[in-house]
Amino acid sequence: MSGVLVIMEQRGGAWNRMSWETLAAGQQLAAQTGQTASTAVAGQGIGALAGELARKKLERVYAVDHALLGAYTADGYTAALEQLIRKASPSLVLFPHTYQVRDFAPKLATRFGQVLISDTIGFRVDGGAPVFARQLFQGKLNADVKPGGAGPYFASVQAGAFRADQLQDGSAQVENFTPDLSADEIRAKPLDPFRESARAVDLTAAEIIVSVGRGIKEKDNIPIVEELAKALGAELAASRPICDSGWLPMERQVGSSGQTVSPKVYLAVGISGAIQHLVGMKGAKTIVAINKDSNAPIFEVADYGIVGDLFEVVPALVEEVKKAKG
Amino acid sequence: MKIIVSIKQVPVRDSQLRIDASGHWIQENDLSFEINEPDAYALEEGLQLKEKHGGEVIALCLGPARASQTIREALAKGADRAIHIEEENLTSFDTLGIAKLLAKAAESEKPDLILTGLQSDDLGSGQTGVVMAEILGLPSATIIMAVETAGSGIRVKRELEDGWFQNVEMPLPAVLTIQSGINKLRYATLMGIKKAKTKEIKRLRPAELGVTAAPAAIIERVYLPQRTKQTQILEGSAKEAAAKLVEKLKFEVRVI
Repeated sequence: MSGVLVIMEQRGGAWNRMSWETLAAGQQLAAQTGQTASTAVAGQGIGALAGELARKKLERVYAVDHALLGAYTADGYTAALEQLIRKASPSLVLFPHTYQVRDFAPKLATRFGQVLISDTIGFRVDGGAPVFARQLFQGKLNADVKPGGAGPYFASVQAGAFRADQLQDGSAQVENFTPDLSADEIRAKPLDPFRESARAVDLTAAEIIVSVGRGIKEKDNIPIVEELAKALGAELAASRPICDSGWLPMERQVGSSGQTVSPKVYLAVGISGAIQHLVGMKGAKTIVAINKDSNAPIFEVADYGIVGDLFEVVPALVEEVKKAKG
Repeated sequence: MKIIVSIKQVPVRDSQLRIDASGHWIQENDLSFEINEPDAYALEEGLQLKEKHGGEVIALCLGPARASQTIREALAKGADRAIHIEEENLTSFDTLGIAKLLAKAAESEKPDLILTGLQSDDLGSGQTGVVMAEILGLPSATIIMAVETAGSGIRVKRELEDGWFQNVEMPLPAVLTIQSGINKLRYATLMGIKKAKTKEIKRLRPAELGVTAAPAAIIERVYLPQRTKQTQILEGSAKEAAAKLVEKLKFEVRVI
């Protein structure tokens, strides 16, 4: 058992960009543990995608091609990748921590008597073996997790934890792998992906965004932040729980399941900063956080912070903004 | 429809967390606990499915003695009965061990559907449901935003990234992991709280289920994250801090 195997993700021939970050992580892990890195992409008719991977510094590119892998299913992907892993026999399998990976990778790891060490944010090498860092309690604490047992080990990598631009170019040999799959082992029937409706609100175009989270406590308090958005000429956005509760429409949600924004200024009001939210806004040029908990993870990414009660700070801010605008 | 909802008890949100003396976990003695939020949505979905199609909802919980409070609340909301796998030292099990315990306890009930939250607010591994399904040999689907019956099976709405969704049809029995916001949570009624006292809670021990802790992944240490960005904290009263921020927005960020 040797080598790092990175499982790339594609849909309809388009890469999930997190795959590249994971591939970079795989190269780094391989280099630091004295192993080679290889990669695999699964689907139907993926020759061109495999060709693209062949220009990276890798040992091998596995093109896992089968008619039954055209549309993603947990059963199909698990069966196909199980066969590949048994053949390639890597010591470590890495995935991007996408929604799709969350759907099948735990199942795949179980087949090897292993646990997926999910949503990791970094690693260090201890005695030749990797130890992974991951977040606990929505980012309030970190933990170092050491894989055990005979392996292979399985880990997924958080969005933004590694940089795709650190990926090293080179050349790799493409190997076609045709898994042995039959239609009757695929129990779920996936229908075509869809979007709920055309988005009436395009947050991505906003220069300033005032975003509100759980700290606002109840629906009746929403006008407090609306007032601030108005004063600043900003779009109003929210973290997921606010939209889940129906306090603001879903189309104003920022985060992994909502919109990804990179405005000039992002004001996070009463948002603790769970990773699902951070991935949607950490590209903002300036981040301001207003939160009563000085340990809230939002302060990890904020340029300016006010530790205090939003019900006092936000009205004061509205007044100051109005004064400054004259 | 016989539905098992697997629920977990976690520290209440906004708890002030302190690392324990071993450095492997947090100090739990001075914390309050509540149902893991996505599990609350899973329970609600189970109750709504039962109301629509008839059947039974069984709350399944692995946790120490204190978890009985969360189980009572699930019964008060409308679960018919509960199974409590009692284990004081949960950290000795990894996700696979935990899923094995839950799967073993669920198996003998022969449920049509097993629901659980998509992830826990404490460990956040997000895989217990999927691993349970694999152990039980059942199909699974994750991050579910709607469940309806379709013929002899179900049609579920999976959330994908960036506002995309996908419907998936699958046979029963099956395991689903439920996303927060799928429904509107109910409160327990006074009548429900009264009734809960008479409902059955079956208590099991890990040893009775034939599962021992043999973790494949071990938490070596727990620590505070290191700040990567220098946050400039604006001090003072609300008014003073607000004035300082406007100053920054005007002269440094230049958006006012």
